[in-house]
Amino acid sequence: MLTSIKTNKFEGSKTKELAMMYFRVAIILFGAQLLFGLVAAIQFLVPGFLFELLDFSVARTVHINALVVWMLYAMIGSVYFMLDDETEVEGVGIGLGKLAFWILTAAVTVVVLVYILVQVGAGTEASIWFINEGREYIEAPRWADIGIVVVVLVFYWNVFATYLKGKQTGIMTVMVADLLALAGLYMAGMFFTDNISMDQFWWWWVIHLWVEATWEVFVGTLAAFALIKIIGAKREIVEMWLWIEVLMLFGSGILGMGHHYFWIGTPEYWWEIGALFSALEPVPLVAMFVHVLYDWGKEQGIAKAAGKTGSVMNNGPAMAWIVTNAFGNFLGAGIWGFFHTLPQVNIYTHGTQFTAAHGHLAFFGAYATILIGMMYMGVQYAYGIERLRATFKSKMGIFLITFGVLGMGIALTIAGYEQVLVERAELGGGWNAFFAAQELPWYIQSMMWRAIMGVVTFVGFIYLVWDLLTIGAQAKKAQA
Amino acid sequence: MANENVSVWTSIPFWRRSAAWVTGFATILLIWLSFDTLGQISMNEDIKMNIDGKEVNKRVPGPTVINYKIGYAMSKERGHEVPTIGEKQPFFGKEWSQKEAADLLHLGKLTSQAKNCMNCHTLLGNGAYFAPDLTKAWLDPAWQNGGPLQGMTGKNTVEEAMAEFLQHPSQYPTHARMMPDLGITADEAKGLVAFLKHMSSIDTNGFPRNFSKTVEQFKAGGTNAH
Repeated sequence: MLTSIKTNKFEGSKTKELAMMYFRVAIILFGAQLLFGLVAAIQFLVPGFLFELLDFSVARTVHINALVVWMLYAMIGSVYFMLDDETEVEGVGIGLGKLAFWILTAAVTVVVLVYILVQVGAGTEASIWFINEGREYIEAPRWADIGIVVVVLVFYWNVFATYLKGKQTGIMTVMVADLLALAGLYMAGMFFTDNISMDQFWWWWVIHLWVEATWEVFVGTLAAFALIKIIGAKREIVEMWLWIEVLMLFGSGILGMGHHYFWIGTPEYWWEIGALFSALEPVPLVAMFVHVLYDWGKEQGIAKAAGKTGSVMNNGPAMAWIVTNAFGNFLGAGIWGFFHTLPQVNIYTHGTQFTAAHGHLAFFGAYATILIGMMYMGVQYAYGIERLRATFKSKMGIFLITFGVLGMGIALTIAGYEQVLVERAELGGGWNAFFAAQELPWYIQSMMWRAIMGVVTFVGFIYLVWDLLTIGAQAKKAQA
Repeated sequence: MANENVSVWTSIPFWRRSAAWVTGFATILLIWLSFDTLGQISMNEDIKMNIDGKEVNKRVPGPTVINYKIGYAMSKERGHEVPTIGEKQPFFGKEWSQKEAADLLHLGKLTSQAKNCMNCHTLLGNGAYFAPDLTKAWLDPAWQNGGPLQGMTGKNTVEEAMAEFLQHPSQYPTHARMMPDLGITADEAKGLVAFLKHMSSIDTNGFPRNFSKTVEQFKAGGTNAH
């Protein structure tokens, strides 16, 4: 993982060197996400913890922003990682790409320090521009928004120019189109309005069309690429699946937007549209899971028939994370999303910990998993390992993180269920109802389990980082 | 596989075309519906239309709605509660002109973002789950005359009580989990209250359902949930 820092030189392709730079910052931000998540989890149990020093709002802002930003870093890293393999040419303008990386990283550092040290501003435009935009997930102040757009343009130019110059595979065609939509959508979140309904309407264009449409397609392309690389899946099969996934993901996800338009002031017709299309959203996720396992079994079967022994995988930990992704996406995004996507249920679950349960399971299952898998592919490449086998640390990492996040998701689901019944159905919401539900033992127990499982996740994260730092050198030694 | 003559089901060009058509169709439908929705959620400057109930497709009243009494009543026709706009009611002791009301709401919305309200509270149900939902906070019985929150501030109107609390939240601990002091000024507090009052007048299709209907029962002896 740290090859280029340790030796100050990287012997592989320039494009992949840039990929590794992005992966490294991603894993650091992942750590920040978990630490600030733990602070927020403790604040549910010990309300005085860091009160008026680092309040819940600050901890949570850093928690969710570090999440979004580490994922974007790992996504950009993954694109650079696959770029030269897919196009079969070295990336175009990688020097400029590196400059953009340093600008972005400096900007992210400043933004996070301002969140932590300045925290809030006066009710003026200047606060929105320089401190905090105060909109969940896209809190980054406007100056940083503009900076992000510029950096993303450089990144996109790298990708697009390389795509035009090199081989244009199906995987890269989907990637290039998806990235354009992904980047363009960010701009829907870059304006201010006094109208809160209008604000939330466009806010969802960024959040929903990212995580339930363009990011999902992005994951489909990564899985397609990884299956070819790790188990030697046939490109024709993988690419055909990819187009079917695009069809199903965009076919359900784009109009699935309706499930966010039930209660924000938008018209009733979104009830029917949101219910129908978001109910279809789990379908492609089932398909993706079947696809990964089927391809794996098929390649293994072909190898066996040819008289070969041993596994077809050349990267055990990456494949473990990718299979976890295939199932986690279906469970966290699909099942947990469907739980509360119908308006008849959502009128009670909307704005409770139920959403937080879904958020934890879905972001982890759908995105964190496969991006960690890509990091293992990065390590394998950086050290020139033919066959990367899981170590004890790899296994502890994936087990503890998965178990921890699953535990948090279940604890939050129980807390949410209690809120739905007591705060919302029984007491009808409002200030008293909210706190009545927060004080019940059911809720408090859930929050304790959430904090414990958060610690389990963090221990798993330590194993993961330790493994990423050591597995490459260890495997290289064993190989030689 | 690449041999297209075998079957259309294993033809990559077929799936590529289908993906493009489905994505294009979904996108066009989303954009078309968005135009309709944007028309319905743009602010309606003529509050009278909302009062008469004639204009049902204007779901977000303009800023001058702060000059009216707002309610939340069951609509038999729609099967859930809808906001009602009643007679005139002074807001901070006066009636606000179109310009004054718009400026106040602007200040309030800006302050709500600059103070990062959404990372503890939910607005229209979106945000964090650490503090109460603010969608209908203006209508919360706890803030009304005789309610505990208005009572603790020693003020006589909802708006004055809310503004007082927002400026000195940690002086009025309502729960072990307190709101921190965010340095909210008197003007910003007024703006925030206008923002909350405006938000309570938005037609949210009945969210939250049965808002605080059982608070009276709760105050009389709590719930059966223990």
